[in-house]
Amino acid sequence: MTEIVRPDGFDMRAASGAEEALRLNEDVVAPQSPGVVFWTQMRKSPLAIAGGVVLAMFYLLALFAPFVAPYPQEEMDRAKYFHPPQTLHWVRADGRFSLRPYVRDMRVTDMSSFAYEEDLARELPVKFFVRGYSYELMGFLPSNLHLYGVDPPGRIFLFGSDSFGRDVLSRLLFGAQISLTVGLVGIAISFTLGLMLGGIAGYFGGFIDTAIMRMTELLLSIPSLYLIIALRAVFPMDLPSHQVYLGIVAILAFIGWAGLARVIRGLVLSMRKSDYVTAAEALGFGRFRVIARHVLPNTMSYVIVAATLSIPGYILGEVILSFLGVGVQEPSASWGNMLNQARSIRALTSFPWLLFVPGIAIFVTVMAFNFLGDGLRDALDPRRVSGGRA
Amino acid sequence: MRTYVLRRLLQTIPLLFGISLMTFVLLQLAPGDFLNQMAENPGISAETIEAMRVRFGLDQPWYVQYGIYLRNVILYFDFGQSFARHQPVFEVLSDGFTNTLMLAGAAAFITWVLAIPLGVIAAVKQHSWIDRSLSFIAFIWLSIPEILAALLLLMMAARTGWFPVGGMRSLDYDELDGISQFFDILYHLALPALVVGLIPLASRMRQMRGSLLDVLRLDYVTTARAKGLSERTVIVKHALRNALNPMITLFGYTLGALVSGSFIVEIIFSWPGLGRITLDAILTQDQYLVMGAVLMASLVLIVGNLIADLLLAIADPRISYD
Repeated sequence: MTEIVRPDGFDMRAASGAEEALRLNEDVVAPQSPGVVFWTQMRKSPLAIAGGVVLAMFYLLALFAPFVAPYPQEEMDRAKYFHPPQTLHWVRADGRFSLRPYVRDMRVTDMSSFAYEEDLARELPVKFFVRGYSYELMGFLPSNLHLYGVDPPGRIFLFGSDSFGRDVLSRLLFGAQISLTVGLVGIAISFTLGLMLGGIAGYFGGFIDTAIMRMTELLLSIPSLYLIIALRAVFPMDLPSHQVYLGIVAILAFIGWAGLARVIRGLVLSMRKSDYVTAAEALGFGRFRVIARHVLPNTMSYVIVAATLSIPGYILGEVILSFLGVGVQEPSASWGNMLNQARSIRALTSFPWLLFVPGIAIFVTVMAFNFLGDGLRDALDPRRVSGGRA
Repeated sequence: MRTYVLRRLLQTIPLLFGISLMTFVLLQLAPGDFLNQMAENPGISAETIEAMRVRFGLDQPWYVQYGIYLRNVILYFDFGQSFARHQPVFEVLSDGFTNTLMLAGAAAFITWVLAIPLGVIAAVKQHSWIDRSLSFIAFIWLSIPEILAALLLLMMAARTGWFPVGGMRSLDYDELDGISQFFDILYHLALPALVVGLIPLASRMRQMRGSLLDVLRLDYVTTARAKGLSERTVIVKHALRNALNPMITLFGYTLGALVSGSFIVEIIFSWPGLGRITLDAILTQDQYLVMGAVLMASLVLIVGNLIADLLLAIADPRISYD
């Protein structure tokens, strides 16, 4: 082998020697693509994977809400206010086990305290893939097929009913369409803003930098809930629900970009003088191209982790606004206005499912995002991201 | 040091100016005003409303209104009148502010009294079952939002009757003597303070643990051990002092977070604080009250950050700002 020494003194022979060692010595791990590294790391954190799976399931349930939900979200049964959750029974009255579960019809025993008791004689077998109310799946697939149901006039309330006799499970599913997507849409907008403005501030410096940073300081010095509520006042209180939805997203995005912009600016500042940026500039690329194609992609692992950990904050933003009665309005369901139903002392003492059903959904969602975010951080990047709570 | 404090205080002036301007513009963008709601009341004549509009200056363009507002605040320290409560804003807010500070103070006490010992134990017994279970609980705890924790404790109070389900004083408060009055408020304070205090506990504990673990790896700790000091002395006298520095900074920064954190808890437990007042003021479009509340809440946050930096300088002689 001829001796090759590169101008920078790197000895090719030594390098090929290392390669040989690599082949012989099994302890030395062969270089892996970033994707492979990512998946090997992710596999080590079962909690993160569990978080991801749970979230995938929740979002699918939200997408197929009208198919899974046995009743429309605003359908009321005036004879069944505060109906407790029904239990699924598998063993029939005569002691035979049946693969088809059934629920028992429930009767009101005391109209003033909404006490119910099971009617042992009236078994309502749960039927699957039944025909019910019509809907358009994802807004364009008309259907009236439902995952489960019981023969009318019987009703199935697996998670109970609320103060208007509406099915809590159906409302949870339709509410998820609002509560779960607010976070995704909000984060998409605020992180685009944060990346752009942080990138511009860090890259250009000077007056633009000062102006953007003063703006973020302003936003960050108002306690977030005070700012959210003040921003809410800008829109009329009695908007139709899709406009309220857009309003909430706009509010959350407006206050969310500031924190990210500051971090991105810091990252960009530290990258600005690096060789590859100088190289890109030397090649004559435009400034925005350098920012968008060379600088910002290097902040991506940070951004993905920060986004995952920030989504719970957005979801809770909607929950709090709707809980306070200034967010999504009845009869449209959201997890926040479902919690509002649980707020009275009477509901807390006698109808606990009104708190537990949306409460557990919110808790599990937040926890799943936190687990997933922590796992992503370990897998993607050793750079620490703090937070997770807005 | 003095020049640094002075500079920081001067920096808050444009910031507060910006916050007031932004809030004012936002409130002007809101459709209608306080008087629109009154106009719907048939018992109030159009002339009365017009007279009030002139009296409150609501017939002026917004920049004139803002100018008048600023002049009154700067020259006379007058934050305007609350439309709905017929009281000066400053009076309404000073009550609410005291109550919020009381809640935040009690909450901070709960957080830190628990977080520091727990964090130290977790660090000293690293990888033991105590450390593991504390980490696990903290991990779960981080995902419980304030609103749920508050509702759960409210449910507990409503079901058991051990604690009041809201408010700040009992009905017979005025008939109680001084000491009983104090305990009455404390009794009402317990649950809301517990919620606001326990929420940040998990992360503070993890930070204390991490901070102490970092210090325990340093050479001077090894030296202290090598010269035969007891483990207790090494940790309490040598390691802990340095490990507390980042916590001191955090303490200041979280003062501001406490104000935001107590917002929803105040509403759920009907605690008459700044959050409660702000929400009512927004709903009734009581614009000067909203202005005052947002400014005051922001001031707490800004001062909290300043205190954080100053405390660090006092605690750590290596840091000087001059």
